[in-house]
Amino acid sequence: MNAPVLTPSIDPRDRGGPAQPLLSVSGLVKHFPVRKGLGGQKQVVRAVDGVDFETLKGETLGIVGESGCGKSTTAKLLMGLIERDSGEMLFDGEAVGSRALPWRAYRRQVQMVFQDSYASLNPRMTVEASIAFGPKVNGVPGRQAVERARGLLARVGLEPKRFAGRYPHELSGGQRQRVNIARALALEPRLVLLDEAVSALDKSVEAQVLNLLLDLKAEFGLTYIFISHDLNVVRFISDRVMVMYLGRVSEIGPSDAVLAEPAHPYTGALLHSMPSLDPDNRTQVALLAGDPPNPIDPPPGCRFNPRCKLAAPVCTQVEPPLDPVAPAHRAACLARQPGSGHPEAPAALAAA
Amino acid sequence: MTAPVTAASIALDGAVATASPVEAEAFVPSRGFWGHVGHRLVRDPVAMAAGAVILFIVAVAILSPWITPMDPYKGSMLRRLRPVGDATYWLGSDELGRDMLSRLMVGARLSLFMGVTPVLIAFAIGSAIGILAGYVGGWTNTILMRTIDVFFAFPSVLLAIALSGALGAGIFNAIVSLTCVFVPQIARVAESVTTGIRRRDYIDAAKLSGASALTIMRVQVLGNVVGPIFVYATSLISVSMILASGLSFLGLGVRPPEPEWGLMLNTLRTAIYVNPMVAALPGLAIFVVSISFNLFSDGLRTAMEIRQ
Amino acid sequence: MTATKSDAMPDAPAVELGDLKVGFGKIRVVDGVDLTLERGQAMALIGESGSGKSVTLRAILRLFPEGRSRITGTLKVAGRDVLALSKRELADFRGRTVSMIFQEPLLAFDPVYTVGRQITEAIQRHEKVSASEARKRALALFERVRIPSPERRLDNYPHEMSGGMRQRAMIALALACRPQVLLADEPTTALDATVQIQILLLLRELQRDLGLSIILVTHDLGAAVEVADRISVMYAGHVVETGSAHQVVLDPHHPYTIGLLRSRAEGAMDKGARLQTIPGSPPDLANRPPGCPFAPRCFLAAERCRQEMPPVAEIAPGHRVACWRTEEAAAAFRAGESAREAVPA
Repeated sequence: MNAPVLTPSIDPRDRGGPAQPLLSVSGLVKHFPVRKGLGGQKQVVRAVDGVDFETLKGETLGIVGESGCGKSTTAKLLMGLIERDSGEMLFDGEAVGSRALPWRAYRRQVQMVFQDSYASLNPRMTVEASIAFGPKVNGVPGRQAVERARGLLARVGLEPKRFAGRYPHELSGGQRQRVNIARALALEPRLVLLDEAVSALDKSVEAQVLNLLLDLKAEFGLTYIFISHDLNVVRFISDRVMVMYLGRVSEIGPSDAVLAEPAHPYTGALLHSMPSLDPDNRTQVALLAGDPPNPIDPPPGCRFNPRCKLAAPVCTQVEPPLDPVAPAHRAACLARQPGSGHPEAPAALAAA
Repeated sequence: MTAPVTAASIALDGAVATASPVEAEAFVPSRGFWGHVGHRLVRDPVAMAAGAVILFIVAVAILSPWITPMDPYKGSMLRRLRPVGDATYWLGSDELGRDMLSRLMVGARLSLFMGVTPVLIAFAIGSAIGILAGYVGGWTNTILMRTIDVFFAFPSVLLAIALSGALGAGIFNAIVSLTCVFVPQIARVAESVTTGIRRRDYIDAAKLSGASALTIMRVQVLGNVVGPIFVYATSLISVSMILASGLSFLGLGVRPPEPEWGLMLNTLRTAIYVNPMVAALPGLAIFVVSISFNLFSDGLRTAMEIRQ
Repeated sequence: MTATKSDAMPDAPAVELGDLKVGFGKIRVVDGVDLTLERGQAMALIGESGSGKSVTLRAILRLFPEGRSRITGTLKVAGRDVLALSKRELADFRGRTVSMIFQEPLLAFDPVYTVGRQITEAIQRHEKVSASEARKRALALFERVRIPSPERRLDNYPHEMSGGMRQRAMIALALACRPQVLLADEPTTALDATVQIQILLLLRELQRDLGLSIILVTHDLGAAVEVADRISVMYAGHVVETGSAHQVVLDPHHPYTIGLLRSRAEGAMDKGARLQTIPGSPPDLANRPPGCPFAPRCFLAAERCRQEMPPVAEIAPGHRVACWRTEEAAAAFRAGESAREAVPA
């Protein structure tokens, strides 16, 4: 399954046809001011610092990276939960927040599932009421909203008769996450953002929820943005993968290509740090030492250069652009870019 | 995307719903949050005892006009300051020879009224201010909360006296000034509880569904904050009773000959050397009722701490 | 630092659990666990939430309030009967013979003192050494756990360190009194994968260099394989399979172990194909079904499994499985593996 399976477009909300990206983001920036200590000088956390990508209709785009890479901030920016400093977001060709597509209309088509299944459900509301809340505030009559909530509960594998009246603390983690998924689907979105949605679950429950996500995607013709730190899960569910490092995109492309033959040394290091499942072939050295760096004061040039085994002097001076290394596969590494001045860069002729 | 899915549509291999025999046994019908609280409260002997005392005193207060053994207003110069345990005056008589038991029973009406009313009004006003400040945050929060902080600069007794003094004596004015004392305290609790909840993911999820701020506050926030604020408010009832007694004591609240525990304490203070037991009775009544309210609100708080 | 201290019984296994049961009220969370950890060995205890793995680990230190918990069975560490220790002996035993690291290092440290001071205090609490000697040992520990610029880091407060660094500092604190056994409760679950692998490698290194015996509790098979010589799989308070990492991961004989291995995303045969899952959910510990606790979810369950508790069978030396149908399970696993290999890459 190399290309995303595109369901024939029957969605009346589809405007640009299957070739138009569902969501395209360019130059997304979010900085948070912080003050260190009492009366200390102001500093800036460059949480998201110029991110561009596109999500195609019907695909699953995986976003991976260490903590502090900006993946969760990106999710919040995409949902409008925090305000972007600058950047553009086009949803099916329309600028989000413009008169043609105000935030309210956009949000009806884009929903999110959070990591913490407990914190994302109101502890004082029944499961059914939580799911029906969205449709109700969008004008669906109460009776119908509850009906829809029950239908969705059944769809995510929770028998409505037994579960509709329960409160979040009466459910297991996996069951709660099913409720959260049902809630996200209650507004019939086209794009669902899953922010570490299976990370807190036990492995066998995780597998159940991943299967559910696959089924729902096929049934409702959804597009997913799947944020996770687990490369194995991302490999399993994603058509394309985007790797982030310190607020920027370091590599993006088809997941088979990116995770089998990574073009960026950081992606390689991430892959290497996944535990092996072979007792005869255990990991011997960790490729990356120390903790992920702080997005305050990122290093000049390529942000990965202090930890990179390919680093050359040029890497501290030039910020690598996100350039193609293969069709549909782009990486921000000077060592992969002809004429970049990096000693290991391919010759310019080879690229032409 | 054609919508409603039918209940029968799927059989997931991992479906948690497929009732395995194990799970079916484990199923307990949902009680709801307040059901759980009630269930736990009933099993708390201290809270139940405190609740019983409160109920008893409320009942006595309501029924007092019909059940007092004597006329609480009619005194006798001959039978002043009878001791506790007297054959006619079971709990003794006061400095004007009025029956203490009857006066305590009738006094419970005003004392409870002065304890509960300001707190209830302040609960409504303070919660509204606090929830608004907490949910909206930013400048609104700063302005509202700093204004409220001004009231905290004064000790609550002083504030109550100053306000009552400015407004003049009387029950209504005493209630107004006590309400003013409690609004900032409740607002501050409401604000901190709401601020704690504002950042929860479920509030974000509600925002994403396109709900207006007012709807979110009403549907998502209120249910989660009203409990803790209410618990705090019940603990203020005892404070309110004591402050009201204090105002009466100073002549700023209830006026004689109306029986009210604080006022009774005031007028009996001259008798403290003659008959200390009788003089202490109104104080004991205030003490019992306020500790009952405090114990009950403690129990309520514990009962509401339900983790998953 | 010397490898192991001499003890009353130098030949006794590091940890020996026999028919260990831990109950809270009416619920028995650990229901008869037999495990032996040899000296210098690393064992992983894996299972899902509610399997009793964490409770087993904490029982070794007797970390539960006496009144509300009941521990029965054999519980020996380095030959000493832990259940017979007095309060004072227990305090000495914790930290000095056995110590523990947690998922959240901030809970192990007091936020108002520097990390270095807490480590030197721990040393001085158990041993009569001078302050400067203790400090020297703390510094050596920081070097041992590979904290960069250790001298400076000793004077940090816990909140001034990053997640991975704190985890290392907590390991240093746990090693302060040269324990023989280190218990690790999900030590890498909250960490980034890039940091997780470093911590796992560190644990392996400590085991090798200090002769430390380690029990690692985790829900992640991958982490277990990276560290452990032996793996024990727990389900509903029972050890259902135990053996060398090799035996458990490459030749599993219990259907639950097989289910865990199969449900991993990297085990998926093809991208976009569905994952194999274990249906249902774990049993309610308050109402245990008769027979094998896994039977209601087991793909091989037969009538007997639902009625009689399976005995523990020794499949191969050191490889023990509690299942009536080990042969069928192993055959099913092998069939699945060869089918997977047959799929062209």
